[in-house]
Amino acid sequence: MGDVLKKVPVREQDPQVRSENFEEVCYGYNDKEAMEESVRCINCKNAKCINGCPVAINIPGFIQEVKAGNFAEAYKVIGDASSLPAVCGRVCPQETQCEGLCIRGVKGEPVSIGKLERFVADWAIKNNIKPEVPKAANGHKVAVIGAGPAGLTCAGDLAKMGYEVTIFEALHQPGGVLVYGIPEFRLPKEKVVAVEVENVKSLGVKIETNVIIGKSTTIDELLEKEGFEAVFIASGAGLPMFMGIPGEIYNGVFSANEYLTRSNLMKAYLEDHDTPIVTGKKVAVVGGGNVAMDAARTAKRLGAEVHIVYRRSEAELPARVEEVHHAKQEGIIMDLLTNPVEILGDENGWVRGMKCVKMELGEPDESGRRRPVQIPGSEFELELDTVIMSLGTSPNPLISTTTIGLDVNKRKCIIADEEFGETSKEGVYAGGDAVTGAATVILAMGAGRAGARGIHKYLSEK
Amino acid sequence: MYKIQKAEKLAENIFLMQVEAPRIAKHCEPGQFVIVKMDEVGERIPLTICDYDKEAGTITIVFQTVGASTEKMARMTTGDAFQDFVGPLGCPSEFTSEDMEDLKKKKLLFVAGGVGTAPVYPQVKWLHERGVKADVIVGAKTKDLIILEEQMKKVAGNLYITTDDGTYGRHGMVTKVIEDLVAEGKQYDVCIAIGPMIMMKFCCLTTKKLNIPTIVSMNPIMVDGTGMCGACRVVVGSEIKFACVDGPEFDGHLVDFDLAMKRQQLYKTEEGRALLRLQEGNTHHGGCGQCGGDQ
Repeated sequence: MGDVLKKVPVREQDPQVRSENFEEVCYGYNDKEAMEESVRCINCKNAKCINGCPVAINIPGFIQEVKAGNFAEAYKVIGDASSLPAVCGRVCPQETQCEGLCIRGVKGEPVSIGKLERFVADWAIKNNIKPEVPKAANGHKVAVIGAGPAGLTCAGDLAKMGYEVTIFEALHQPGGVLVYGIPEFRLPKEKVVAVEVENVKSLGVKIETNVIIGKSTTIDELLEKEGFEAVFIASGAGLPMFMGIPGEIYNGVFSANEYLTRSNLMKAYLEDHDTPIVTGKKVAVVGGGNVAMDAARTAKRLGAEVHIVYRRSEAELPARVEEVHHAKQEGIIMDLLTNPVEILGDENGWVRGMKCVKMELGEPDESGRRRPVQIPGSEFELELDTVIMSLGTSPNPLISTTTIGLDVNKRKCIIADEEFGETSKEGVYAGGDAVTGAATVILAMGAGRAGARGIHKYLSEK
Repeated sequence: MYKIQKAEKLAENIFLMQVEAPRIAKHCEPGQFVIVKMDEVGERIPLTICDYDKEAGTITIVFQTVGASTEKMARMTTGDAFQDFVGPLGCPSEFTSEDMEDLKKKKLLFVAGGVGTAPVYPQVKWLHERGVKADVIVGAKTKDLIILEEQMKKVAGNLYITTDDGTYGRHGMVTKVIEDLVAEGKQYDVCIAIGPMIMMKFCCLTTKKLNIPTIVSMNPIMVDGTGMCGACRVVVGSEIKFACVDGPEFDGHLVDFDLAMKRQQLYKTEEGRALLRLQEGNTHHGGCGQCGGDQ
């Protein structure tokens, strides 16, 4: 038995080795490690961790089952609240959610809830345990737009209540950001994402790929002509932002969305796939979020020297601490307090470098973070051949502009209430990044659950 | 799966396929495009729509082989199927939302270059079905590369064919025909030019001189086609636009063609390598300057 104040450590692939492959970084707990860690949970009567979970998993409940070795029962407890446990166990920011509220964390490290969730979900996958088949169909048809975390969760919840659900997905593969955004080395596509998507399908959910709502058909048509009684919009984040500095049109400047989509969804990193990707010898990723870390670590694995260029300091990096730690271990160079002002090109229109300025932190701004201020005369050039812009996204107008009576806010995000996902249009609910702007997988899943509750309430009162 | 009902070779390296895609056909308008993915390992390739049949639920695509993926696609035949076929993408041509009476008074000139004849056809056909006669110039390098002549004849007002080498129709580039027509006293309110980037560039230089507003259809590199990746950035005036959601049609007099042409070179080496792999397979032992096999 180790130190009770510390988490049972999780095994990881060696940083040197993994920075050259796309295999998963973290190996997860085995049976013995999971049971050992589960003992650290003191099964609080008033469990605060549950309040920190956007989908409200009965956390002490499943951990008690792990403690007793009843892994199948633990899976059932998680499954009551989450359709994608193997995903969440890997990509949730547990440190600011469940684990952030764990009483153990007051004096020592919190219980490793994320790794325990992952263990249970992986155990279920390995032992081919499927979620319980829902009760009889209730005869109501619901359409869900987008097969990402919000859409899959909403569809799963509705199917469990007996609804006949069809998900319309714009891309050729379901999963949304889980397949196009998050890299293989953080979230294996075949082993984890595909299995959890299949689990949602096993509840009776139909997924129609290659349908772009707003182009291939519209929400009004789904409601009026295709017999759907309600719609949940979970269309995701949208259009990548650029800085608006000179030179962003040069060859070798990519959005993180494009770079990651090529590598993750289109599998450009594999020899036998046709989609090309520019590997680059010296790459700068501009931005400090989880997406920036993903893009940087992907470029590293493709063989480049990689710099993260971020205008604030390390303390303000929006990425998860674990991701920053992993990136540094793998040799990503952090150029902090640095801001690009121009991308430089050669005579053929290719990137040859980036002009940057050094920054220092001034007074806090409206976000509460200290505002970066340019240091006069600090201009310098970074020699590069590739620049990846990872600055967030702005909402895609495809759905809001083609749906009659659907209100958006100033930032063009769809307006929907938090408790039920209700929008300005009757029978239409929404959640996830399309409503909040770019956020996390688990927040989108929470919104998916809210939408399912809202639709169930609407259709049962109708 | 999206079944190919008909596959036809139109000219050297130019292929036509009629594909079952009812959802797309139902919503398709002139000016839009599709993205296709052949199989599991295939690329997503944006392609222009040459025709659509809302009743039959089919979309007709025309493409030219330019790299490994299109070479592979050209080998598909009747009865085969695309794994993925998505659309209709992009905005419909501007004139489809114009007032019909105003439109009927307008003199339109279409200029089609090579495989660009394919996306011009549904536009001219749409106008023809609504009683609007548009003049059409179709140009190609040589006689054998003129496509869809018969179909175009049926829907165009006046059809002017030209070849660079003079083997068929008029002799010379499409820009010369534009100048000749105007010199003959023809007047045009709008020109719509679709074809290779270089041809659109020179069309725009000509029409600018002649003071004819011109619309072009851009076909840059894309991945998703829904605005998500931003690969298709084009500079229009002082702005950066996404061809997939803001276009594909733009004011040709504002497009920066030189930058657009440079961007098309982006994956040249990767694509070239893939093509060599496909053509030479295991027999490739160097000479490409990339694999190091000749060292």
